[in-house]
Amino acid sequence: MGNMKTLRLATLGTAFAALTATTAMASCPIESGSIRILSNEFGALRAVNAAAAECAADGVEVTLNQTTEHRDLQVAALTPTPAEYTSAVVANSSIVPLMNNGLIRPLDDLIAEYAPDLPKLNQVSVGGNVMAIAFMANAQHLYVRTDILEEVGKEIPTTYEEVLDALAAIKDAGIMDHPFAMNSKTGWNLGEEFINMYLGHGGSFFKDGTAEVSINNETGIKTLEMMAALNEYANPDFLTFDSNATGALWESGELAIAYMWGSRGGGILDEEGSTPEIVAATKLVAAPTVDGGDRPASTLWWDGFTISKNISDEDAAATFRAMVHGIGPATVEANQKEAVWLSPAYTPGAAAEGVAATAQAGAAPYPMLPYMGLLHTALGNELSAFLQGQESAEQALADVEAAYSEAAKEQGFLQ
Amino acid sequence: MPHRTFFWFILPSLVAMMLFIFFPIVSVVIQSLYVEHEQVVITSENCGPFGCQTETTVDLEATQELRDAQPLGRFNGLGTYLNRGHLAVQELGKAWSESESFGDFWSKVMNLPFYWALAFTLTYTFVCTPMVLILGLAIALGVNGLPKLLRGPTIFFSLLPMIVTPLIGSLILFWMIDAEGIIGKSLQYLFDDPELSLKASPTLTWITLIIYGIWSSAPFAFVIFYAGLQTVPGETLEAAMIDGASRWERIRYVVIPHLAPLAVFVTLIQLMDNFRVFEPIIGFSAEASAQSLSYLIYNDLRGDIQRFGSAAATSMLTIIGVAILLSPVLIRTWRDFNRKRV
Repeated sequence: MGNMKTLRLATLGTAFAALTATTAMASCPIESGSIRILSNEFGALRAVNAAAAECAADGVEVTLNQTTEHRDLQVAALTPTPAEYTSAVVANSSIVPLMNNGLIRPLDDLIAEYAPDLPKLNQVSVGGNVMAIAFMANAQHLYVRTDILEEVGKEIPTTYEEVLDALAAIKDAGIMDHPFAMNSKTGWNLGEEFINMYLGHGGSFFKDGTAEVSINNETGIKTLEMMAALNEYANPDFLTFDSNATGALWESGELAIAYMWGSRGGGILDEEGSTPEIVAATKLVAAPTVDGGDRPASTLWWDGFTISKNISDEDAAATFRAMVHGIGPATVEANQKEAVWLSPAYTPGAAAEGVAATAQAGAAPYPMLPYMGLLHTALGNELSAFLQGQESAEQALADVEAAYSEAAKEQGFLQ
Repeated sequence: MPHRTFFWFILPSLVAMMLFIFFPIVSVVIQSLYVEHEQVVITSENCGPFGCQTETTVDLEATQELRDAQPLGRFNGLGTYLNRGHLAVQELGKAWSESESFGDFWSKVMNLPFYWALAFTLTYTFVCTPMVLILGLAIALGVNGLPKLLRGPTIFFSLLPMIVTPLIGSLILFWMIDAEGIIGKSLQYLFDDPELSLKASPTLTWITLIIYGIWSSAPFAFVIFYAGLQTVPGETLEAAMIDGASRWERIRYVVIPHLAPLAVFVTLIQLMDNFRVFEPIIGFSAEASAQSLSYLIYNDLRGDIQRFGSAAATSMLTIIGVAILLSPVLIRTWRDFNRKRV
């Protein structure tokens, strides 16, 4: 999948220290234009949006729509002229439909004019044009309870085989019946787990250079078998587990090892919702490798902002300046624990260790392919019957391929 | 009423119906016959915080030309209706010819998303509807027999399941039946099985959803029947009592026939509502074990890429399904109406 440059989040701060001084170019207040932002809803984005909104002078229109349903709105909202929102905050996956439909504009001119010192690291370019400004990173990785591992005499696992070994020891010792959890809720979450585990096994999703899916193979079967083996140690309700459910289970001390999003780290390590003993024993470590592979079974994600195409240049400039201010050092300094910021002002803490370690170990970024979303949906829908023990791995994978192929034909990616 | 007057009376609602029901359905029909354009993809070098990758992207200019040439997309006829995600004609034929036993064929059919959803939708509809009628009537008779002073509060509490927003109601129950919740733990204790989970097995999930459906709809039948009970003629009841009819006989031969037209009304509404079951599946996070036709539509329209053609086809199949379900009741009502006119 191309060459990977190693990312060292921990050393980011020193590398781009110069940035702090020069972002003044995009400085506030903005006197004209309009700023209308559509974004997902969580703490870090709220902080960014609030800081961007601050940047507007009196009389400049500011609209913020922060919703977890943003992906369902964005294409329809950005299609008309003028677009409903001047900026959509996206991730690797949700930028794809906006690009497929030509709804966001290249940012090279705006960067040259208002943020010439913006590090390359923050620029997401597609075919040479910068299409988004990334400002935070995320990945799923392991959370472990060091006290329980010590009790059963196991090291912190670095492979999924070691994870299974540790889980067996914890169960045999009678400490917990269900020591493990991952975000395996049927739908998007379950699809994401398969994608991570499949990449960890070294698989590729499509035949080279085509939209033709190819997952019904030995790698796919091994992937499913590992997911089933892990979930043997999960609560039988695991097909209903999303981030909120697994986070709550962790905080209530019912898990010893879990595979969860790095962005939950801040909430899990804070003083609320758990006991000091659990928080003290919680450690965030890299996603494990699997089956002798050398790449962690996880995908790297960025969150970033885009600027709509169907708006006036004045609104585009106003929104760009406001967002650059929004992701600026002041926001990052005040919200250190909320995210793994891609910013020189960021001092990584304990909550960022998992994501940083996963990135350093060379996890792959989530594929930014125009038809990846269709495969993701098909995976999310078709794998539960296998995990409930009602069909074979081969049948489940054949179902995924059939569902994907039908959707891809309908969308014009396959003939 | 002169036709002219009748026309002016009905005009506002006719216009509203055309605008908000008829035209949208026409648009859904049209969408269901089309699929998206061919996408022209090109290879590009994409870079971001995690390095560079060679990936594919959509060639906007080339795709835009195709879009301008055919704004609706490619005409696909009934293709979407017949594909694997819907009626799956080809897959059904293949399953039939390859299966050794009926059980084998059945399990292959249930593996197809549309039939799997249809199976739950129909089960839900045909279990919930009669149960709601029976339970609603039982509550109405019970409340009607209470002393006046107790009736008000009892009616209020009986109506609560309907007052609570369906999503909230199902979420509250979802937490209660959790393995750690009050109902979930009690059941584990009762059956002496620490692994028992209502959310884990499809059968138990179906039962949970159906019980929830009955619980949330029974008040609707109750209110209608309770109103009907206030109009049962006292003389007929007294005459029946003088003839020595027991309480059950009075209900069977006086009350139920009197309420029959209301029962037809409740049945119609319940069949329609239950066939479109949706909220409890979301509220109970039951997607893994139970899906309905409405859930399929919802699922098509969510996520990064929305599948309008597929959702439109499922919508049309749902409308046809409702029409088939209602036809026996409607035909009967029409016959009764004609008989009375004669």
